[in-house]
Amino acid sequence: MKPRSKRALAVILALVALAAASALVLQAFQSNLVFFFSPSQVMANEAPRERSFRVGGLVEEGSIERAAQGLTIHFKVTDTAHAIPVTYTGMLPDLFKEGKGVVAQGRLGADGVFRADQVLAKHDENYMAPEAAEALKNAAAHKAQSTATLAVPAAGARP
Amino acid sequence: MIYELGHLALILALAMSLAQGVLPMIGAQTGNAAWMGLARPTARGQFVFVLIAYLCLTHAFVTNDFSVALAANHSNSTLPLHYRITAVWGNHEGSILLWSLILAGWTLAVSIFSRQLDDRMLARVLGVMGLISCGFILFTLFTSNPFERMFPPPADGQDLNPLLQDPGMVIHPPMLYMGYVGFVVAFAFAVAALISGQLDAAWARWSRPWTTAAWCFLTIGIALGSFWAYYELGWGGWWFWDPVENASFLPWLVGTALIHSLAVTEKRGGFKMWTALLAILTFSLSLLGTFIVRSGVLSSVHAFATDPTRGVFILGFLAVVIGGSLALFAWRAPQVGLGGSFEPVSRESMLLANNVLLLVAAAAVLLGTLYPLAVDALGMGKLSVGPPYFDTVFVPLMTPALFLMGIGPIARWRQARLPELAYRLRWAFGVAAVSALAAFLALGKWTPMIGLGLALAAWIASTVVLALVTRLQEHKSPDWRRRFAAQPGSFYGMLLAHLGVAVFIVGVTIVSGFESESDVRMEPGDTATVAGYQVRLDKIEDVTGPNYQASRATLSVIQDGKLVAIVRPDRRVYNVSRSPMTEVAIDRGLLRDVYIALGDPVSATAWSVRLHHKPFVNWIWIGCMLMALGGFLAVMDRRYRKLRVSEPVRPASAPPQADRALPIGGVVVARSGAGGTGR
Repeated sequence: MKPRSKRALAVILALVALAAASALVLQAFQSNLVFFFSPSQVMANEAPRERSFRVGGLVEEGSIERAAQGLTIHFKVTDTAHAIPVTYTGMLPDLFKEGKGVVAQGRLGADGVFRADQVLAKHDENYMAPEAAEALKNAAAHKAQSTATLAVPAAGARP
Repeated sequence: MIYELGHLALILALAMSLAQGVLPMIGAQTGNAAWMGLARPTARGQFVFVLIAYLCLTHAFVTNDFSVALAANHSNSTLPLHYRITAVWGNHEGSILLWSLILAGWTLAVSIFSRQLDDRMLARVLGVMGLISCGFILFTLFTSNPFERMFPPPADGQDLNPLLQDPGMVIHPPMLYMGYVGFVVAFAFAVAALISGQLDAAWARWSRPWTTAAWCFLTIGIALGSFWAYYELGWGGWWFWDPVENASFLPWLVGTALIHSLAVTEKRGGFKMWTALLAILTFSLSLLGTFIVRSGVLSSVHAFATDPTRGVFILGFLAVVIGGSLALFAWRAPQVGLGGSFEPVSRESMLLANNVLLLVAAAAVLLGTLYPLAVDALGMGKLSVGPPYFDTVFVPLMTPALFLMGIGPIARWRQARLPELAYRLRWAFGVAAVSALAAFLALGKWTPMIGLGLALAAWIASTVVLALVTRLQEHKSPDWRRRFAAQPGSFYGMLLAHLGVAVFIVGVTIVSGFESESDVRMEPGDTATVAGYQVRLDKIEDVTGPNYQASRATLSVIQDGKLVAIVRPDRRVYNVSRSPMTEVAIDRGLLRDVYIALGDPVSATAWSVRLHHKPFVNWIWIGCMLMALGGFLAVMDRRYRKLRVSEPVRPASAPPQADRALPIGGVVVARSGAGGTGR
């Protein structure tokens, strides 16, 4: 082969390899995106049934129930508007507490119970996972909006 | 008073860095020797003032002066002294000041160990470093003043985050910063060389030891961070693909590409533009890492800052530095030329392929790290990228890279022949294949991943031996000791670092293939089993530490009826912050760790306990340490020092010639003949 065609071949090979790598990366990326939903969104059936996702909010006060045997725990995650039941088996993070922020990752069962395979509560006592904080904020904003519309129907026309 | 002095010192340091960044640059441009000569004294002055500021701040922590807001918010009088000293950087303001101090330290080092540089180059290198320093000190003064006072001072401080009260945290941040910031030297050299158009082998030889040193520190820093996460977070994982970890891993990946590309530029004069681009990218990613970690866009144990003006400042600084240097690169690159040519099968081509693979891997990590941030910033919802993404991407990208890593050191520069290479590597192929099979027989469990991992590790280890033997055989001396002594330190450094990679792969492969974990509910007297070990909970008692209360479990680890170890994990509640925290207990060994964490009480008498069996996990960090050690060996190579001694012979003003630089890599010349640089 002439040096020229050799170089062309090398460039083509490199491009093919790069394209393959990109395809691989994007494919892996697509299938590993984990979306976040608030309890209200889950209640409104916006969350997928067939794929794993995250749900976050506060651990509802008085909702924690432990099984008599083993390490299974049931609790509810609430954004103050809606709450969904969660079940998890295993050791909980240090900062898991009633009334504190939590994010659970797992799948939604047909019975409406969220089966978590991971429960996250972060490193700092004062810190709340941004997902959980946003869920609370949205729920609060939604509430405020609906009460405002009820109280002052005349202002309801404004978007 | 002393803190106002510290503040003043920081302002003076700003003035110094401004002088260091502007005057020598103008001097270098106009040929004004007096202005160029200002580079050294201003660099040293800047270091002194930053050091004074830093010591003043440390004074507040050591003496428990809570009139300084930073100390009040992040320290406490019951905190042991060594943690009060490290608490200085356990917060946003202090850690940025540490950043500046380390930057000033690297600048000082360059100003001292730079006798072989001509004045113009040195003026530009220190000038660029001065400008970077100027940006960071401005950032500190305007958005994160560490000397802010608090009136009235509180009776006691709010304490350091308990997770950071750990020996690992004492050395992890400074090491990481030494690495992050150290890449500024490579960056400054590249920018200075781009300005002067002097991108040659001499430039590569100057920046090489600095870059390798920074890379070593970064390697140590990342390994310590991973080691800390392993025993402190209580989950038993050693790498989480957390955005903060990724932020430190990105400059490492590109920095690894850079140190290999520098080798080609030094030895063969090739890859010049590519090397300059990598130097710019590496430091840019260090800055991006600082932005990601410190701006508060991420919430984690590392993100102290939540003030948006800080994020905007760093983002602006990032845009100026990256945009400016890339613009300079685009302007200058066409004038530089390509450097030495090489054939498709040669050491150059393999290093190039490895460089590209490392960069693609870095791009994949960058995508997984920034995409959720971008989606969030655009208000398109919250999402995260699961760790399986990174695993899926990394294995296929790194497999060819690791395979080439075995061949590269054995292949000849410029042109190698495949049949000859295959013939020389036949034993290494054999060893790799046999170890993959042996794994199947010895370990009782076999998956393609385990086979692949062990085969790659064996491949790298055997090619390291092969490279050593080949080198020794080529030397003609009859005395073996002379043959060993004739090889340069950088060669042994390279071998050791590559061996470290092999050790690391063994650790990763075995721990991910064979680890076992169980979360159990235990009452005193209960026994649980993990991977052939019986673990008996003997008792749980309350203990009082210096600044915490804890429940402490005592567990006996038993194997085949014999007591192996008694371990005592804690579940602590720190007095000031009231944060509960797990302090795991680990029975360590070269071949396995038994890792036990005490969870929360699940009933009046029962506790949740997490048991892990982690075979070969320590090989991960041993491998990293070998890599860093190899790097340091390479930095100490005689040829970098020899130059310094012989330098006075050469007139300081004469620009060193590329062809003069080449014979210094004597081995290369001896092996491949004096293939000229340039075309």
